This record gives sequence, C-alpha cells and structure tokens, in this order.
Amino acid sequence: MNQPKIIELDVGQPWLVNPDRPIYLDYQATTPVDPLVLEQMLPFLTHDFGNAASRSHPYGWTAEKAVEKARQQVADAIHADPREIVWTSGATEATNLALKGAAHFYSGKGRHLITLRTEHKATLDTCRQLEREGFEVTYLEVQEDGLIDLQAFEAAIRPDTIIASVLYVNNEIGVVQPIEAIGKILRAHKVLFHVDAVQALGKISVDVEAIQADMMSLSGHKIYGPKGIGALYVRRKPRVRVEAQVHGGGHERGMRSGTLPTHQIVGMGAAAELAVQSMESDARRIRQLRDRLLKGIQERVEETYINGNMQHRVPHNLNISFAFVEGESLIMALKEIAVSSGSACTSASLEPSYVLRALGKSDELAHSSIRFGIGRYTTEEEIDATIELIAAKVDKLRELSPLWEMHQDGIDLNSIRWAAH
Amino acid sequence: MAYSEKVIDHYENPRNVGAMDKDDSGVGTGMVGAPACGDVMRLQIRVNGHGIIEDAKFKTYGCGSAIASSSLVTEWVKGKTLDEAMTIKNSQIAEELELPPVKIHCSVLAEDAIKAAVEDYRKKQGGAPVAVQPEVASVQATH
Repeated sequence: MNQPKIIELDVGQPWLVNPDRPIYLDYQATTPVDPLVLEQMLPFLTHDFGNAASRSHPYGWTAEKAVEKARQQVADAIHADPREIVWTSGATEATNLALKGAAHFYSGKGRHLITLRTEHKATLDTCRQLEREGFEVTYLEVQEDGLIDLQAFEAAIRPDTIIASVLYVNNEIGVVQPIEAIGKILRAHKVLFHVDAVQALGKISVDVEAIQADMMSLSGHKIYGPKGIGALYVRRKPRVRVEAQVHGGGHERGMRSGTLPTHQIVGMGAAAELAVQSMESDARRIRQLRDRLLKGIQERVEETYINGNMQHRVPHNLNISFAFVEGESLIMALKEIAVSSGSACTSASLEPSYVLRALGKSDELAHSSIRFGIGRYTTEEEIDATIELIAAKVDKLRELSPLWEMHQDGIDLNSIRWAAH
Repeated sequence: MAYSEKVIDHYENPRNVGAMDKDDSGVGTGMVGAPACGDVMRLQIRVNGHGIIEDAKFKTYGCGSAIASSSLVTEWVKGKTLDEAMTIKNSQIAEELELPPVKIHCSVLAEDAIKAAVEDYRKKQGGAPVAVQPEVASVQATH
C-alpha cells in the first residue's frame, strides 16, 4: 500500500498575523480553525476517507471510530452522554431540528412556544415558520441590560406551552442569561427547554444536567473548529423526541440523515475538547484585554454607552455605542479593524440591530454600536492599536456631525422635531 | 458594501466641512433627515448681493454615501445662482457618485438639503428684519 504524502503543517498562526489585513475583532462571527484542530482533521480528508456508515470494511470502521470519539468529546464538553449528540450541518440546522422537530412531535400536547426577542435569527425565523404552521409563539421582552425577567418568563408559560428556547450567551451583547433558574422553572412546568449554547461553549462552563436542558444547539466554527458542522443535544432521560427534518438513510438514529462529514466532525470534537481545556486561561487573558479595551476607549472618547449587562457577560464581547456618529460611517472609518456593527445599513435594510432595539436603545445608539469580539489570538498590541483608531476616527466623524455640534452647544436633540423620511 | 472611488474620496477628504452663522441674513441653512433614520444633513450657503452662492459648508451625520453626497453638493452649488442650485437633481448626484440603489436616499436627502437652504435664505430675505435675532431659542430642522 502506498504511504500517503505527509503534509507539513506550520503550527504557528501564520495566517493570523498578517499586517496587510485588518485587526480581527469579530470572534463572535467566526473563529479560525486552531492549528491543533486542523492537524487532527486532515487525515480524514485523504488517507482515512471512509464513510462512517460503511459497516463491512476498515475504511468505514476507521471513520466510524473517529466520529464516535468526537461524539464523546462533544458530549463531555457539555456533560452529556454521547448517545445524546446528533451531528448537524451547523447550529442553525440544530435549532431548526430542535424547535420544528419537537414542536411537530409534541403538537398533540400543545401548540405554544416561548422565546426571547433577543434570540439569534436561527431561533426567531424558525419560530416564525412554526407560526405559519399554526403554532403560537410568545416573544418575551428582555430588561434594559439584556437579561430575562424570570417572573415575566414564568408568567408567560401556559398550559399548552410545549417548548421554550433561550440563548445562553447573546451573540451581539454577550450577556449570560440565568439559564439554571430558567431550566428549573421549565422543568417544574414540564415544558421542554431548548438552549442555544453556540456562544457559551468554550467561554463558560456548560452542563446540561445543571441547567436541565432538554435540547441544546452547538456550533463548530465559534470554538476554533471548522464551519459546516454543528450538533444538537437531545436528552435521553427523560427522553425527548424530535421529528426528523432531513430524510434519507436514517443516519443519526433517524434524527438527521446524510453521510457524516468525518473531517468536520473530528474537527468539532477536537475543538470542543480544546475549548474546555483552554477555557479558563483563555477567559483570564481575554478579560484583561477586554478591560484594557474598555478603559482605553472610555478614557479617550466621551459619550460612549455599553450595551448589555457587564456583570452577567462573557469577557469575549464588548458592545459599545458611540453617540452622534452613524454606524456605517464608523465601520467605514474603522477599515483597519474587522468588527461588526449594530447597524444593518450594510445590508439592504436600514433597520438597526433588533437586539439593541429590544434593550430599548434609541435607533441612533443602536445604529452607532460596535461589537468587539475578542478571541484566542487577540494580542495586547492589537487592542492598543484599536483604541488609537477608535479615538481618532470617532473624533473625525464627530467633527463632521451636526448632531455632535448641537450637543456641544447644549441643544437637546430630543427637543427637535425631525422630519421622517 | 463596496463604495465607488468617488464616495471614498469625498468620505476621506470631505470638502467644505464647517458651520456658518445661521442667524446671518446672508446665510441659508437647510437641515434635513432625522437621527432615527440614520442620516442628518446640514447644508449652509452664503449668498452675495448678486444672488450668487459664494460659499457652502456642510456637516453630515450619516453613512459614507450621505457624507459624500453632501460634500459633493457643496462643490456644485458654489458659484451658482439660487435658481440654478435649485435645478440640481438627486439623480445627478447619484450618477456622479455611482450610488447603489440602496443608497439613492442619500442623494435625495442632499437635493432636499439644497432646497431647504435656499428656502431658508429666501425666507430671511422676504420680510424678516436684517438684524440678527437676539438669541437662539430653538433649532428646527427645516424640511
């Protein structure tokens, strides 16, 4: 048998440190694959290319073994049993499978779901679809700091409520919901609990038992694993049933058909293990960087507003609004930094972030918000350069802004009758 | 979103940024848009005794295309009579800056700003005393 060519991997991060590209501060959008993860993935694209469903030869056995090892790794990361992990193409599919799958299965019991206005679109759009199918959905308001009001949450539960879905860590503002308390309430009311833990895994400890989750969506590419792979945790005791949304072959115990992408799965497993291992050291370092960034910005720029609770929040996220400058022009001014804006101007719509709107932020502040996502490879130098850039560019845009001038002159902008257009 | 080179040029090097005394009888001020919509433009023109726009200044809160549109019209109105300035159309602005369809409203706003500034100047000339108003009671968006 021919030996496969060995691919030399440069296990530094040469693709990260690149002076020709903007500083990457968008780790909540996606993360690069960790070199240690990539190394484990590569053999499954070439030498170990077998189909995990091939039961009659070693090619299949090798793939199956790798898939099951990864299943164990992901299960361990959230304190679950490997038989409770279903591979999907990503967290969006996992959430679709959880909400549609469980809603369809339990529709005889009730047709009401509860979720939050600040959920990810994967949840909100799936709920909209369920509404079109005749289900009813309550979209709960959150408090000004982005956190749920537990009493209001419990009050929203009806006799016909079958599922509640809550985002563990918000992708835009990083706030951590009181998931354990929510789980307790839902279990007492016998309502299924779906947790979107995409932004939680690797940032805080995730334990499906402690939070009494019935279903949980996870993603590979937010934890330094590959894109195109995710997982849905589906509880076995007490057993939760979901109706398949994808048919053909009966893979994943009939819950999700389709040939398993072994290399992606291996990557997600390795990334999940690494995420748990490096969680504490990552978080400590990232918190220092976040504090440095916040202090730097607050010292240099006036009239900034933090979006979301600062105590119940992962340090990986900082979301700040810069009053009197417009979001899209700010992003344009910050082309040396890759960040995300609360302004959706860059798309076809002129609507500002629905998450910030749900916190009761004015359209102006929602438009002028910047999400800084700090990650495993962020350096102090990058943070310092970011502070300098932000200070200089916000100053420049405020010099251009009639609103800033009016504010400086002591004019209350709310006293003006603006013409809508 | 990919911006045209012209938009980037105006955005990076905006022309005629600044403020004029809005109470000066020779100055017309047009402020259009609303913060909630993501853009506010203030265009000011100084008109000489012959009815020619001698100078123009702007400040804009808005996206790159809004800043570029207002920067561009300060260049265009200079040296024009009020009537000539009133003939500037948003389509000309959009064409010059190669604005994509989603940004056409920026050019509409710039056209509106010219009209508002000219109207403000004409209103001041017709009837209002030449003397400077005693104090600034309120600022109102003219639109």
